[in-house]
Amino acid sequence: MENTQPEGGENNRDLEVAPALISVHPTQDSVAITVGSDLRVFDLRGNCAVTLVDETGEAFHKDSIRAIRYGANGKLFVSSGDDKLVKVWSTDSWRCNASVCSEKRVSAVAVSNDGLYVCYADKFGVVWVVDLHGLDGNETLVNKKASPLLAHYCSIITSLVGCSLFGSFLFFSAWDVIFVGNGEFSPDGRFIVTADRDFKIRVTVFPKKPLDGAHEIQSFCLGHTEFVSCLAFLFTVDYPQGFLVSGSGDSTVRLWDINPGTLLDTCEFGSKAGIVDYKGNEVSCSTVTDLCTIPGILLVSCDLSSQTFGAVKVISNMGDSFIPTSLGCSSSAELLWTITGVSKPHGSNHNSLTCVRVLSGFKKTIPDAALPELTVVEDNEVPGAEKLLQKLQGSVTVEEEVFLAAAEAVKTSMCNLLIKKQYTTEKREFRKRSRNDKKTKQ
Amino acid sequence: MLENEANPTISKSTGLPRKHFYRARAHSNPLSDSHFPVPISPSHVDFSLHYPQFSCEVSCIKKVQFADIGCGFGGLLISLSTFFPETLMIGMELRDKVAEYVKERILALRATNPGQYQNVSVVRTNSMKYIPNYFEKGQLTKMFFLFPDPHFKEKNHRRRVISPHLLDEYAHVLEVGGIIYTITDVEELGEWMKTCLDNHPMFEALTEQELQADPAVKLLSTATEEGQKVARNGGQTFQAVYRRIALSL
Repeated sequence: MENTQPEGGENNRDLEVAPALISVHPTQDSVAITVGSDLRVFDLRGNCAVTLVDETGEAFHKDSIRAIRYGANGKLFVSSGDDKLVKVWSTDSWRCNASVCSEKRVSAVAVSNDGLYVCYADKFGVVWVVDLHGLDGNETLVNKKASPLLAHYCSIITSLVGCSLFGSFLFFSAWDVIFVGNGEFSPDGRFIVTADRDFKIRVTVFPKKPLDGAHEIQSFCLGHTEFVSCLAFLFTVDYPQGFLVSGSGDSTVRLWDINPGTLLDTCEFGSKAGIVDYKGNEVSCSTVTDLCTIPGILLVSCDLSSQTFGAVKVISNMGDSFIPTSLGCSSSAELLWTITGVSKPHGSNHNSLTCVRVLSGFKKTIPDAALPELTVVEDNEVPGAEKLLQKLQGSVTVEEEVFLAAAEAVKTSMCNLLIKKQYTTEKREFRKRSRNDKKTKQ
Repeated sequence: MLENEANPTISKSTGLPRKHFYRARAHSNPLSDSHFPVPISPSHVDFSLHYPQFSCEVSCIKKVQFADIGCGFGGLLISLSTFFPETLMIGMELRDKVAEYVKERILALRATNPGQYQNVSVVRTNSMKYIPNYFEKGQLTKMFFLFPDPHFKEKNHRRRVISPHLLDEYAHVLEVGGIIYTITDVEELGEWMKTCLDNHPMFEALTEQELQADPAVKLLSTATEEGQKVARNGGQTFQAVYRRIALSL
């Protein structure tokens, strides 16, 4: 059954490009990036490029990868996206352990700290959980079935964050699903936090038997006036239960206490917040630009004792045309890895572009209320240096013209993901004529 | 104030709005993004506008406790209002014209019955998406789902107002011990709703004695226009009334 193509070049899938993503292993053993359907990993300990092994029925990803994440214990890596496959990889052998089929395209993934569950969110707003028990790294499990965990009614889930109390790891979010640990071992207070395009953040209790579904909602964090694009948890030894930070298209970053769902503080910065990354007491935000505002990275400090945001600084030494599409760092949080890039636009002459830049300057001891000075690390001083850049970028250096050409594509793709399309009434009527919600034949 | 001369939509004899001018399709798509204002959070809703006589209590202590989801032309709310005069209740309706009708009806009743109907109001919204925006955790004591749209086709089942995932949200806004009332004249839908509620760990069915003792149960099949139509046609109704319980660990 053929879908009739609406006229006017409205075939979004062709024009859509996927922004590049980066994720760093918790102890910086490796760095993984994706651009389009290509997953590239560099082993930092062994200082060599990694060759992925995938012997499951569906080898590698066939369509744009939209979400990647390392498990907090560093043993597992998950990737997923538009090809509706969620792949779980072992970080020792870089072999694909399991390949789970999703009904819809996936927008976010996460792994629990203990490595027993993988959660992924699809474009219909349902969060699914897969049980990984019995996976010891040598077998390849295919055809694992996922159970529905919870759902946001028909709203694309933009970010998933879990807070479970086993171990103490930091984690980072970039439109991804993450589980974070807290340090205390207690049966209560295990949450999974999900955010969607309808401005809502939902905090749900992560149950002992996730396969039966997560029914108990702890709270809703309501306050954003635009899509919520990203979530992260901030916590320190003094505040182990942590506070939630969310970034949104309403140009604010907000601080929440998730237990009652109260808003603690709001930080405005006059441009849309795309990605939030956490580092010690600072929050780094990458801004989405669709109005000519600040491209780049903002650093926001957060004082957990007074539960407020502090100083905000724009990191301006990245260069005007470098629009980061993803941020990542390890638990020790010494370096901030950033990436910009898009997959190859369909039918265009350009190749996919990726450029990795690393920022350093996050020292442990800085005076209170001051933000660290961040410097861009020179290419030859980046961990892994040329070999890493060669593997991840595809070339050691990236030309300035290629950047500029791709910058527009990057902006468009980021906006498409987050902002709901507004159709005129005529267009809506036309769209109704070509239905695409018929059940696919099994 | 209502101007009966200038406004022909209000009947001259009873002072109530005439349904003729508020006809709307029975069906509305809950998935579409309609263009009505949505409150950012429950604290952003000015309930004193809905209940002017209770305005001082509403701002500090009194909260809405009954919600009629998909209230239609307001039949149930009007009956409940006199039965529970001290309880604040609200109807949620997706269809513009119908919500407008209910609003006019309440205003007319308040004018013709001084002191009464001050505890009932209506809001036009998509309850499947925005219930958490109106109600805080554990705020409601009763929720009503009377004759919801059956969405017969299997691919449309996800549009049903009672579904496993939406029950999580309803359990969130209902207090422990709060009651959810559902009724329908479509047997398959009745089975579906009962199954969803049975399978949900935070709801348990009311016993026969409890059903007999609850005055609201009788209103389910008699108070609404839809219910009266079913009775007229000699149809059968299927109800499922459940209590919100705490999740056993």
